[in-house]
Amino acid sequence: MNFEAFVARQHAAGRLVVQPRMGFADPGVMRDGLAATKRADATTVGTITLDSYTRVCDTDSVDHALRNGIPLNGYPIVNHPPAVTRRMLDGIEGPDFPVQVRHGSARPADIFRAMIAAGLHATEGGPVSYCLPYSRTPLDEAVRNWEHCCELLVEAGGRPHLETFGGCMLGQLCPPSELVAISVLEALFFYRKGLRSISVSYAQQTNLGQDQEAVAALRRLCAELLPEATWHVVIYAYMGMYPRTPEGAMSLLGNAARLAVSTGSERLIVKTAAEAHRIPTVPENVSALEHAGASATGRLATVESDNQVYREACALVDAVLNSHADLGRAIVVAFKRGLLDVPYCLHPDNAGQARSRLDAEGRLGWSELGSLPLRGVAEHAPGGRITSSTLMSALSYVQHTHDTRALDHPMTAIGGDSR
Amino acid sequence: MSEEVRAYGGGVVTEPGRSTVIVSSMASDSHTWNLVYLELLVGELGFDVVNLGACVPDELLESETLSRRPEMLVLSSVNGHGYQDGLRVVQRLRSFPELRSLPIVIGGKLGTGGPLSEEQTAELLFAGFDAVFDDQQGAAAFRRFAAALPGAATVSVEGA
Repeated sequence: MNFEAFVARQHAAGRLVVQPRMGFADPGVMRDGLAATKRADATTVGTITLDSYTRVCDTDSVDHALRNGIPLNGYPIVNHPPAVTRRMLDGIEGPDFPVQVRHGSARPADIFRAMIAAGLHATEGGPVSYCLPYSRTPLDEAVRNWEHCCELLVEAGGRPHLETFGGCMLGQLCPPSELVAISVLEALFFYRKGLRSISVSYAQQTNLGQDQEAVAALRRLCAELLPEATWHVVIYAYMGMYPRTPEGAMSLLGNAARLAVSTGSERLIVKTAAEAHRIPTVPENVSALEHAGASATGRLATVESDNQVYREACALVDAVLNSHADLGRAIVVAFKRGLLDVPYCLHPDNAGQARSRLDAEGRLGWSELGSLPLRGVAEHAPGGRITSSTLMSALSYVQHTHDTRALDHPMTAIGGDSR
Repeated sequence: MSEEVRAYGGGVVTEPGRSTVIVSSMASDSHTWNLVYLELLVGELGFDVVNLGACVPDELLESETLSRRPEMLVLSSVNGHGYQDGLRVVQRLRSFPELRSLPIVIGGKLGTGGPLSEEQTAELLFAGFDAVFDDQQGAAAFRRFAAALPGAATVSVEGA
């Protein structure tokens, strides 16, 4: 209930809200993680990240793991009774420390029910972003599931908060205009299902200037399409292959914080120095939060809102809205026709004809448009044939850039690029 | 189920005489960049690749492996449940007499706490994997393993 109010209050005071992605199977450990997040020397909100069995509705495997002490990669909110989760949160969650549930499910009804039963009303995801990259669930089924979940949230009353995950499709190598378009479409999907407290995500990509254009585009489209909602922008620190050196990881995270500040974004999801290697510990999360908080300096950048990312995003959003009066149907139709097409996405409902490329400045653009409605809007420069090593060098571009800078000499072996 | 299966790059390309390798995640893992990369890498070694994609249920993995009779099955996971999921899956697959001698390998980030212990690696091998490629090793060891299979291209793959 208090998520948007907290973020708005901090933003008005000139503070960037920073947030981990953190989840542990054991309620005691989860509570300690939230308490440490709250205590961190930064303006924080808490996160309960769920485990990946819960994400695919495999509660039997969760049950087996809990009974046999097998480690899980997150908090199994469906298997733990609501009373257990409420006790875990008691005295920690509140108006001064809201907590968001993060999951990744294309079939999230049980998660929403469990969350609401435990008194939590802030979560994230979306019918596209939690289906295409992460599941084999047919897109039309994911759309229906997410419609139902929006209804569950609205029925729960109060002012539930929902964040789009669309600004992070596949984590990397999706051109910013398509990230913006999907984030906006998911926000509009939530809006039309009755949500009025929304945040829109955008994940840091490969070029600061282009990322600033993207956030400006995101803001302009939201202002046009969500007139009666309260919404804010959440930046994710780079979601692709993360630097392997602690110095490289911190330099990239610092850039994410400065991206957030320079675009007037209200919240930042951090990544840790351990990210490239394993699931981070609580102290590693705390130090990432504090580093991000301390790096959140600088001023608003002047960005032309009628920029290339905006023009492309606008064309994509328009094409989808013109596909069907019902936005859920429109999204399904758009993917069927290739009007939305996520490069490198393996899901059967993705056309798989569009391709992205990095130019010499690290700007992310198109090499193949497929059926995207971007002819005459976007330039596309056909790249060479994609091989395992050209793909790896694109995937590790950011990692390599920051690790190389950190070590002050070239590290040719980084990324395990087929050597 | 095979309409669910679409190899990256536009369909399963079959060339006469080429053998097939299946690349797959396991049921709870949604990561796919590793699979896209492996598809290209294994294709460059001269195999047709069937990429089963994210969150592959055990039953689909079994039916695809039984019906396609690949030269190798590559399981890749980075979400930290690979160790326990791998143990389960390989024991199920090895229970089919037709799959007893199929090369089955696993790799990636297989535990929630960093590299697997020697004991965990030994357990995966004991359960039926022919090789375990930890994330820290990079792709070189896997590439050598795959290049030594009977169906691999004989051309040099160095520097690809």
